Amino acid sequence: MSDVYLAVTILWGFVFIYAVMATMDFGAGFWSMIYINHSKTKATTVANRYLSPTWEVTNTFVVALVVAVYSMFPKGAYTLGTVLLIPGSLILILLAIRSAFLVFSHFVSEYEKILIYISGITGILIPGLLISVLPITHGNFVYVTGGKEILDLAGLFSSPNEYAFFGFAISSTLFLSSLLLADYSKASEELDAYKVYRRDAIILGPISLLMAVFIMLTLKTESGWLYNKMMDNFPFLLLSLLFFLIGGLGLFLPSGKVKGKPRLSVIAVTLQYLAASYVYGRAHLPYIVYPYVTVHSAFTDPASFHAVFIMYIAGFVILFPGFIYFWSLFMNDKRYLRRRKANQSPE
Amino acid sequence: MSDLLLARSLFGTTMAFHIIFATIGVGLPLMILTAELLYQKTKDQEYAVMAKRWTKVFAVQLGVGIPTGTIAGMQLSLLWPGFMAVIGKVMALPFQIEIYAFFIEALFMSIYVYAAERIRPWMRIVSLISVAIGALASAVLITNVHAFQGTPDGFRIVNGRIVDVHPWKAFFNPSFLVTSGHVALSAYIVGAFVIASVSAFKMLKNDFGSRVYKFHQKALMVSLVIGGVFSLLTALNGHESAQYLHRYQPEKLAAAEGLFETQTHAPLTIGGLTDKKTQSVKWGVEVPWALSFLAGNSFDTKVKGLNDFPESDWPPLFAHTLFNAMVGVGSLLIVIAFGGLLWRKVLKKDRFPKWLIWVYVASGPLAVMGIEFGWIFACTGRQPWTIYHMLTTAQSVTTSTNIGMLFVLFVLVYAILAFSVIFVLFHYFKKNTVADDLNRAEQKGVPLFGSNS
Repeated sequence: MSDVYLAVTILWGFVFIYAVMATMDFGAGFWSMIYINHSKTKATTVANRYLSPTWEVTNTFVVALVVAVYSMFPKGAYTLGTVLLIPGSLILILLAIRSAFLVFSHFVSEYEKILIYISGITGILIPGLLISVLPITHGNFVYVTGGKEILDLAGLFSSPNEYAFFGFAISSTLFLSSLLLADYSKASEELDAYKVYRRDAIILGPISLLMAVFIMLTLKTESGWLYNKMMDNFPFLLLSLLFFLIGGLGLFLPSGKVKGKPRLSVIAVTLQYLAASYVYGRAHLPYIVYPYVTVHSAFTDPASFHAVFIMYIAGFVILFPGFIYFWSLFMNDKRYLRRRKANQSPE
Repeated sequence: MSDLLLARSLFGTTMAFHIIFATIGVGLPLMILTAELLYQKTKDQEYAVMAKRWTKVFAVQLGVGIPTGTIAGMQLSLLWPGFMAVIGKVMALPFQIEIYAFFIEALFMSIYVYAAERIRPWMRIVSLISVAIGALASAVLITNVHAFQGTPDGFRIVNGRIVDVHPWKAFFNPSFLVTSGHVALSAYIVGAFVIASVSAFKMLKNDFGSRVYKFHQKALMVSLVIGGVFSLLTALNGHESAQYLHRYQPEKLAAAEGLFETQTHAPLTIGGLTDKKTQSVKWGVEVPWALSFLAGNSFDTKVKGLNDFPESDWPPLFAHTLFNAMVGVGSLLIVIAFGGLLWRKVLKKDRFPKWLIWVYVASGPLAVMGIEFGWIFACTGRQPWTIYHMLTTAQSVTTSTNIGMLFVLFVLVYAILAFSVIFVLFHYFKKNTVADDLNRAEQKGVPLFGSNS
């Protein structure tokens, strides 16, 4: 594989990892807000138990993603940085409010509710704005006049395709996070919370699939080149659908006291998104911003890439045991998952 | 205002706000680690209580430090795409390695806070050391980009194209160690004096000799030791930083010292305001020959003055005032830290005079102002360049407009964050008093770190 494709694969990997982690993160924040008055089901408690130790790690991935863009595709970062000034700033403002108030909510119990409401609402808007970067890179709303790259915001927000992506991001956020929290509550033996999240996942799964179809339909008229190239990999889209069905099935399989094997569903649905994002990413190549910037024209200096690539491997080797330890403490430790109300305050 | 000035104002505001939390975020882990080690060594519960309370402060301020850091990192691309296009090609390594430092800090911070009661004491120490190293490394690495801006290395620009890229040579640019060292050491000063401030204030509010008073006095002494040691080290390193300016960025040194004429036996001017018309520093105190000696260790060192450079390349002349303010704060902190230690440890006095306690109350805000002066000096003193003699600030800025509106929005957000972080800290510590925590620490089986009423 050439350097350029190696680089873009790493970048795609970051986009995918962040997308999955962020949907779970922002989704969990939203659910903890929705169920804040259902103290009986513990749905909010479970969401916070997941969220408290993980949000900071998730946030680091978004920084890692941006750094990956500018260290491997500086020219791409130049164009994206220029056209994303307004939407990017909005995301940053929402992200700042969301993260800060999420942290603060653990420290001032009297104001916990209002803080969780603010962080829940700002949080759920972020995935919608983040995913808008994708339709922007399709190039229909980027103009070059007098050497300046300009984003046509009005055009963007009057495009059905943008709204399809927006809706897809929000429904997927809620779908993936309810699935994960279903699994997390089952592992925590919070069966009431499990039932709530399982129900939410069953409702939201089909909605997010519908949104994906809506994306394809609007893509066909707005960015035919991308649509056609995606359809070249139709078998992978079918595979993605198959994983969706397996995920759905997982929620209905018999298993002990309650219905469903949520762990299977989480894995299957993650694979569903992996297959779909592979098709999308592959079709998007070689463009970073169509038709102005390609992965080739944006690529960094080869010497720089080699140094960066070696550091990626070194970093992975160093960090991997840390992630495993972290996972074992917060995702897999029965003492953490099943602690009782007495000392379960999230901080 | 021009778009360039607006972009600089917006980014400058972001950084000025972020560095408060970033600096405390580097400094506090060392204080927490010190308290935790003192606790493991002496088994004195009060140190465990200090570690717990400082950890809470750390966790709350991360709620602002992390999002504002994320904003700073992304605004680099949004506001300065021309700069980042060069940095991405040449100087990507520090950003990338910094990510790992973030990960280490984030992973182990969560482990230390949320799993405190489930892990062994030695693992708590390991987690804390990891947090401290992660925080320190991210400060060192990001400052390395700033060092590179002043002493770029590892690439050439030929006909507008970047060629001959050596990423590790850029990474180990001449001022890497001295500049990042300066930032790292001064962060420990800030961490220490922020604690000193609060402790001193609480000593004024509680009766002399009471349990709570003694607790805060103990905390004050820990912070004076750490603050004193690191302010001394920062001063030594600062001297070296100035010599680096003499070698690599002479116009910045000239602006810092208000020196117009190139000369040997150059005087050091302390205080005053640089005046362009008369080419002198008004109302300053001159120490003959001292600048030459400081710059090159001998009186006949020739120090370049501003007149040797085209006026369009001059940094703003207020750099002299900022530079003096930074050095002034640093020197004052050395004096008050060692003064206090002398008073207690050598003269064996059991209480500080009230005026001195008030000085300690002021020391935290002073230390924060010191780093603000230092950063503003370091960044405006590099103007008109983003990369010294390679890339101008005007070439770096975005071609987008509408920055004024964003500036207002971001300032509003920072105001909300500043207000709420102060509110949350006050509220939390009002409900969880030192006495509460001391009681918790004494009872077996009551979690100290997990406690949060």
